[in-house]
Amino acid sequence: MVEKQGIGTVLMHAVLIIGIGIVCFPIYLTFVGSTLTHFEIIRPPMPLVPGPHFIDNYTEALTSGITAPVGRMLFNSFVMAMGIAVGKIAISILSAYAIVYFRFPFRMFAFWAIFMTLMLPVEVRIVPTYEVVASLGMLNSYTGLILPLIASATATFLFRQFFMTVPDELVEAARVDGAGPLRFFKDILLPLSVTNIAALFVILFIYGWNQFLWPLLITTRPEMNTIVMGLKQMMPTADDYGNWPVTMAAATLAVLPPVAVVIFMQRLFVKGLVETEK
Amino acid sequence: MEKRVTFDNRLLPYLLLTPQLAVTIVFFFWPAGQALYQSLLLPDPFGLGARFVWFSNFEYLFNDRYYLQSFFTTAIFTFFVTLVSMSVALLFAVMADQVIKGAGAYKTLLIWPYAVAPAVAGVMWLFMFQPSIGVIAFYMKAVGIDWNPVLDGGQAMTLVILAAAWKQISYNFLFFLAGLQAIPKSLIEAAAIDGAGKWHRFRTIVFPLLSPTTFFLLVVNIVYAFFETFGIIHTMTAGGPGQSTTILVYKVYSDGFVGQDLGSSAAQSVVLMVVVGILTVIQFRYIERRVHY
Repeated sequence: MVEKQGIGTVLMHAVLIIGIGIVCFPIYLTFVGSTLTHFEIIRPPMPLVPGPHFIDNYTEALTSGITAPVGRMLFNSFVMAMGIAVGKIAISILSAYAIVYFRFPFRMFAFWAIFMTLMLPVEVRIVPTYEVVASLGMLNSYTGLILPLIASATATFLFRQFFMTVPDELVEAARVDGAGPLRFFKDILLPLSVTNIAALFVILFIYGWNQFLWPLLITTRPEMNTIVMGLKQMMPTADDYGNWPVTMAAATLAVLPPVAVVIFMQRLFVKGLVETEK
Repeated sequence: MEKRVTFDNRLLPYLLLTPQLAVTIVFFFWPAGQALYQSLLLPDPFGLGARFVWFSNFEYLFNDRYYLQSFFTTAIFTFFVTLVSMSVALLFAVMADQVIKGAGAYKTLLIWPYAVAPAVAGVMWLFMFQPSIGVIAFYMKAVGIDWNPVLDGGQAMTLVILAAAWKQISYNFLFFLAGLQAIPKSLIEAAAIDGAGKWHRFRTIVFPLLSPTTFFLLVVNIVYAFFETFGIIHTMTAGGPGQSTTILVYKVYSDGFVGQDLGSSAAQSVVLMVVVGILTVIQFRYIERRVHY
């Protein structure tokens, strides 16, 4: 460091610890809420340390829930997040390969048709997209949850950028050795892209898991709800006391998988975040 | 930029492109076209047919007091979400960049809230601030604050701004930290030798060198506040009380799905498409510039 720090260092640690306290407090409180009884919560102030009802509340949430068992919703979210991550990576790596490694009529047209989608998030075109999905009979289905959200060019863009940095000598060498385009893709390009695929997978999994508006529109049956949107249906409302501990248990379960992904795959997560935003 | 060496094949590139093009056409171009077309139609009250009315939906929209108010609401919301989350994140990043002990742990603990979905963030913040059961609401009332975001529009706005800003701190922190770590230490050392104090160094060296990151985050945060905060609004206030937290994206939803006013909703979608278009162009121009740096 530049100069001796002394008191400054203590101050910086203090700011960071307070910062972490503020940032983590809502999540901590949610967890505490999931270990209390409903009665302890609706008569404020609720205790700020976890209570003894962890197992009861989580069992109730997972097996019966309020609108539908949370276990079922977690499964739906998992299918949706995996479908979006795998589907988007699969279609984009193929189309990026076509755009970078081939010359063909309408190449630039295809390029721009795909890249236009960068401009419009689903939130902006929800009503017509809903109508299209409804007219295709995809309401309350995994296909309906997944397909419309993989129509986006971010992943294609990322793969294109990466392919451009792959040395041309590799293609030449492959051709000299008699490898065709599919062989080159499978044996050379794909292994080179593994880190990029993994980083992208982490980001897309979180993106898919955290979707709210789209499942809210197209899943009307509680057993097709995803956890993030199902949580909203579980919230106690003005004329219904609901069940706060079970709702908070569901909220804790809803953040657990993506948080685990961020913590345990931090390096890939940071790489993915930085690269998808380039 | 083009590849020098390519493969020759007539059919293969089209086959490779088919999945993505099919999904894009069915779920992107078709609905986007529908939105454009519907924005020019006025459905009759029984939903049996529609009349072509040129731009009268737009005309109506821009004379609608509630729509203009929603623009204003969005502007306030976006401004404060961006300001709060970026300044807090910058403070944390500057601190985390300088401490040596425990830097990794601080980083992990500050970035994991990124994984919390906006809708879940809304539920968590409501749990703390709900006037009848929220524990923070309880203590606020105990010290004499008249806290009731269910009735008071200003308080409801403050609450959604805080929740939305909280959710974005991790993201901004990560990018600010990366930006700070990319600044050569020799520059800062040279300034220190010349007698520049900490604050002076930050103001004249660190902050200007951080400006590409800051500008990038500005655009990202505006896009976030505009489009990705739907879940927060929907879980916490549902746009209320009155219209006080109805941001533009929420209005597209509530007019289209709750109010069934399809012409107006489609026209609103088109307006938002223009907004996203402008933001994307700004972002791209900025990226171009960074590449030439």
